[in-house]
Amino acid sequence: MARPRVTNTQAEVARKVHAAYAAPIMDHLDIPSRDTHQSATFDGRFMLDCGVALPAVTVAYQTYGTLNAARSNAILACHALTGDQYVAEPHPGTGKPGWWSQVVGPGRPIDTDRFFVICANVLGGCMGSTGPRSPRDDTPDAPPWGTDFPPITIRDMVRAQRLLIDRLSISCLFAAVGGSMGGMQVLEWAATYPHQVFAAIPVATAAFHSAQNIAFHEVGRQAVFADPDWAGGEYWRHGTIPARGLAVARMAAHITYLSEQALTRKFGRRLQIPATGTTSLFGDMFEVESYLRHQGSTFVNRFDANSYLTITRAMDYFDLAADHGGDLAQAFRGTATRFCIVSFDSDWLFPTAQSRAIARALNRAGANVSFVEIASDKGHDAFLLDEPDFHRALSGFLSGCAEHAGL
Amino acid sequence: MSPHPPPIERPGRTKVRFDLRLMSEMIAPASRVLDIGSGDGTLIEYLFRTRGCDARGIEIDMAEVTRAVAHGLPVMHGDADTDLAHYPDGLFDYVVLSRTLQAVERPQEVLRQMLRIGTRGLVSFPNFGHWRVRWQLVRSGRMPMTPTWDRPWYETPNIHPCTIRDFFVLCAQEGYAVERWLAVDNEGQQAPWRRFPSLANLFGEQALFLLRRA
Repeated sequence: MARPRVTNTQAEVARKVHAAYAAPIMDHLDIPSRDTHQSATFDGRFMLDCGVALPAVTVAYQTYGTLNAARSNAILACHALTGDQYVAEPHPGTGKPGWWSQVVGPGRPIDTDRFFVICANVLGGCMGSTGPRSPRDDTPDAPPWGTDFPPITIRDMVRAQRLLIDRLSISCLFAAVGGSMGGMQVLEWAATYPHQVFAAIPVATAAFHSAQNIAFHEVGRQAVFADPDWAGGEYWRHGTIPARGLAVARMAAHITYLSEQALTRKFGRRLQIPATGTTSLFGDMFEVESYLRHQGSTFVNRFDANSYLTITRAMDYFDLAADHGGDLAQAFRGTATRFCIVSFDSDWLFPTAQSRAIARALNRAGANVSFVEIASDKGHDAFLLDEPDFHRALSGFLSGCAEHAGL
Repeated sequence: MSPHPPPIERPGRTKVRFDLRLMSEMIAPASRVLDIGSGDGTLIEYLFRTRGCDARGIEIDMAEVTRAVAHGLPVMHGDADTDLAHYPDGLFDYVVLSRTLQAVERPQEVLRQMLRIGTRGLVSFPNFGHWRVRWQLVRSGRMPMTPTWDRPWYETPNIHPCTIRDFFVLCAQEGYAVERWLAVDNEGQQAPWRRFPSLANLFGEQALFLLRRA
């Protein structure tokens, strides 16, 4: 993919952008408190790409299946921007099914009868891992970091995940898999710890966040900033959340996760007449509007605004090639990891061209790479949905790798 | 009389099998192989299972790619005409182009790329010099239609047919050493006289060449 040569590494960008972000504790929300999650805490300085050291980090995680005696059947599932560690079980706050419950489970493409699946809440998240919502400096009674939480990068997230993998005494992951921002983490894993990932499956992702995607993120962030209830990021002091701003951010983002065909198929131009029967300019609304409003309003109850700001920023910084002298192939030079790149043909947020660029860089690096574009009209969200071809490819790739790994 | 019914003959399947057998006989065990136009990945699986090769595929038909990946085979979607340029020099011991040469846009460039990224190239193609093709053209004055060349001229994907003699000339012109070659009929049978290029060009339906940069 042709683009101007970029020289800013993730770390440089993270250091340059040192604007502060804040975090709340809103216990009336669907965000469970920190203590309710299974987690591991790592004492000792955790150096971030931005140059700031966290005094300690906590990584909240869930596991599924059984780790074998050789500790060789572990699969790390990496979640996307607003995902969490509850990949295959109901979200403890909302009660909704796990975000990849169709993919991870007994007899599923990532078969928990066969593999030990780990999913960790990302650094910067709001589901138990250290983030803007955590008490400052990990001291229990301190106020939240809030907008003082340092900017983090995808690589910081991966380093935190590696601490967890070490704690679980797993020397090499059988596979790392994830979609969207999860795919960025998979790429970062393969580039940073190549000897610890036997197979890598980056799905619906890119090796750098495009200008268009940064632009969409910025619209969302500005919506949050513009909400008076954001209160400069210290909304927890006022017992509020920037619900309107965060809902608008989610609405704008949600459009990018769908395709035009999917929106047309689901809603078309159908109107939804309000129960009151009154008509005004905005009295009756299109179904698609109602759907987006619902998406926005349910989101604000389960996600922390400052986490949203921190994580969208981490995605924006991501540029794996820039971290390796501007040549993506250098990130994978000499790798023995087996890759499976998957894209979806209606995904315009992370289009196939970006996946193809990864596949070609892996070719230049001489890597073993499978690459498939799945036909779907569901847009970027397809990676979360029932896509039989994707699930067959994922399952088959894992089986093939298991044979090569002697599993 | 056998208690089992005879296996059902599927058209084309025997062709694939003899192709596989002949090609894999030319590939050293445990080699690193790229199969261009790998289809559903039959050859790369065969090479992995019978020869212990690190065999990978590149295929333009997405349905075939999905099938191969779902079967656990390392196949990527790509185009022989454009995607070979992304591989480094000498990455593979063998690069295989099976019955695809006549369908690519730039056969000469594809061969160059094959022998850049691989030590050896293994190329098979249907021979347009076969007597039946020649006879049909002479007799009817129209484009030949044979079991091998079975699509009308206006819809055939085979845009660059060549004869065995044409291929020898191209190899000489490009400076490729022909390490081995053979011509067979559509059942994979060889006959002794087909060792002679001019006879092979008349009677061989399929050709197989093992090339090396001279």
